[in-house]
Amino acid sequence: MSLPQDLTLMTVAEARAALDNREISSSELTRAYLERIDEVDPAIHAFLHVMSDVALTQAAEADRRIEEGTSDLMTGIPVALKDIFCTTDAPTTAASKMLEGYVSPYDATVVARLRDQGAVFLGKTNTDEFAMGSSTETSAYGPTRNPWDTSRVPGGSSGGSAASVAARQSAIALGSDTGGSIRQPAGFCGIVGMKPTYGRVSRYGMLPFASSLDQIGPFARTVEDAALMLRAISGNDPLDSTSVPVDVPDYAANLREDLKGVRIGVAPEYSAEGMESGVQDAVKAAIAQLESLGAEIVDVSLPHTKYALATYYITAPAEASANLARYDGVRYGNRVEGDDLLDTYMKTRGEGFGDEVKRRIMLGTYALSSGYYDAYYVKAQKVRTLIKQDFDNAFASCDVVIAPTSPTVAFGIGSRTDDPYQMYLADAFTIPANMAGIPGISVPCGFSDNLPVGIQFLGQSFDEARLVGIAHAYEQAAGWYQKLPDVSAES
Amino acid sequence: MSLTREDVIHVASLARLGMSEDDLTMFQEQLSSILGHIEALNELDTDAIPPTAQVVPLENVLRADEIHDSLSQETVIGMAPETRDGFIAVSAVMAGNDEGASA
Repeated sequence: MSLPQDLTLMTVAEARAALDNREISSSELTRAYLERIDEVDPAIHAFLHVMSDVALTQAAEADRRIEEGTSDLMTGIPVALKDIFCTTDAPTTAASKMLEGYVSPYDATVVARLRDQGAVFLGKTNTDEFAMGSSTETSAYGPTRNPWDTSRVPGGSSGGSAASVAARQSAIALGSDTGGSIRQPAGFCGIVGMKPTYGRVSRYGMLPFASSLDQIGPFARTVEDAALMLRAISGNDPLDSTSVPVDVPDYAANLREDLKGVRIGVAPEYSAEGMESGVQDAVKAAIAQLESLGAEIVDVSLPHTKYALATYYITAPAEASANLARYDGVRYGNRVEGDDLLDTYMKTRGEGFGDEVKRRIMLGTYALSSGYYDAYYVKAQKVRTLIKQDFDNAFASCDVVIAPTSPTVAFGIGSRTDDPYQMYLADAFTIPANMAGIPGISVPCGFSDNLPVGIQFLGQSFDEARLVGIAHAYEQAAGWYQKLPDVSAES
Repeated sequence: MSLTREDVIHVASLARLGMSEDDLTMFQEQLSSILGHIEALNELDTDAIPPTAQVVPLENVLRADEIHDSLSQETVIGMAPETRDGFIAVSAVMAGNDEGASA
């Protein structure tokens, strides 16, 4: 392979080979990314903290390791981390004033695994506050901008990680997906984003939002890169009892070129009202492409899809209201002194949290409160059963289900902030997979008005190997991943 | 479903969220609207459906009762906004119970 002049144009797979063949050093690669961050981040604001010194030290160490011949999957690869993963050498704020300047005394398991492998940490990326939002606009530190059009949102909540990969400010990044927070911004930014099966990746050291839904996964330029990162972070962890002790396959060894014998389910419930025609057209073209690769298109029905959003907006806030009770200004984080202890709680939380976080805590507290628990919380748990059964039934007749990742392309900054429910609708197509716990991967499938459109492949639990294989075949045939945004240095 | 102002005050108090009068007005309106959309779930008859709280095929995950290294007390207590003599300091829970009072 001939090396590009700009090293940030390489995929992780290409960089891995170039590093191991000593064609480039991790120090060179890391400097190229740090320079790119300097150049474009004033326009994008993907990062909350850039870890230049840490990154250069890690890169030098990675070069030594490669020289010794002990390199691992992610040795020397520059990675961006969503700012909800605890790191001992940079603040972890969840983009909240509540945790401004907070430095964790331990690493999240995903961070520790990457550190052990010799990965390079470029920095912590912007997110909606505590991962609650669909646009990265609820960050207490200002929004991230979409590299394809800086007047638009990158999606969310992991918008900083998505934008950093799309704008080539990182080779690969980690985010978290509770209701679509990896797949939706990947779609909006024209890159690959994967939510693994619930239980595939340890959540230890990730600031929790909704514990029965949260899952960590990669943002990458290609499906192959996402497959490499998934392997690097997956597996049982004694520190997270919901991480399931099952084997971690070599996902990248399962990539395929054609789709002969593959049954792909298409459900009418994913062409609901509110869907833009440009998105519909791109998805139709993708279905035709999948057929031309030899796949059999199967009609399936997921009748409870339209109830997923309402189910989610009970379940996720209920879990969040319990999880965020820990931010009380006593043990860590910021404190606002009041007249007495109760007043200190009220002031600390009243001033520390932004409006979206308060909205969710209020909704969840209400749904769990005496007299409403059965009507809301238990009801939502029952509908969750129906949504899960829909997928079980669909997978009896197909290998994967495909659907648009979002009903629309990236919307304008500020265009939905006044109406929370309009914002919530941005995740209508991604939420069902979280409710069922199944894996999903969003891949670029075209453009509408020069903005990227994503298509998601949804698979059975712990069947990520087949899922990435199918997604790779489509991605390579369609070729949309090769199109890159032209990010100007000034906005 | 519409919430009264008293409902919003009650929920904010349960959640320990200090609110201004404007906040109460905004949340009353927005939460009522969101709950209105959520009412759609009542279209479904779920009497015979079991609830799903989580989706992993595991229950009662146990581990050996062994001692491992953990963070030092100094590190953990040191993160608190205010400490005194190796303890986390907060204002008195009960009035007139300041210095040196016993439980």
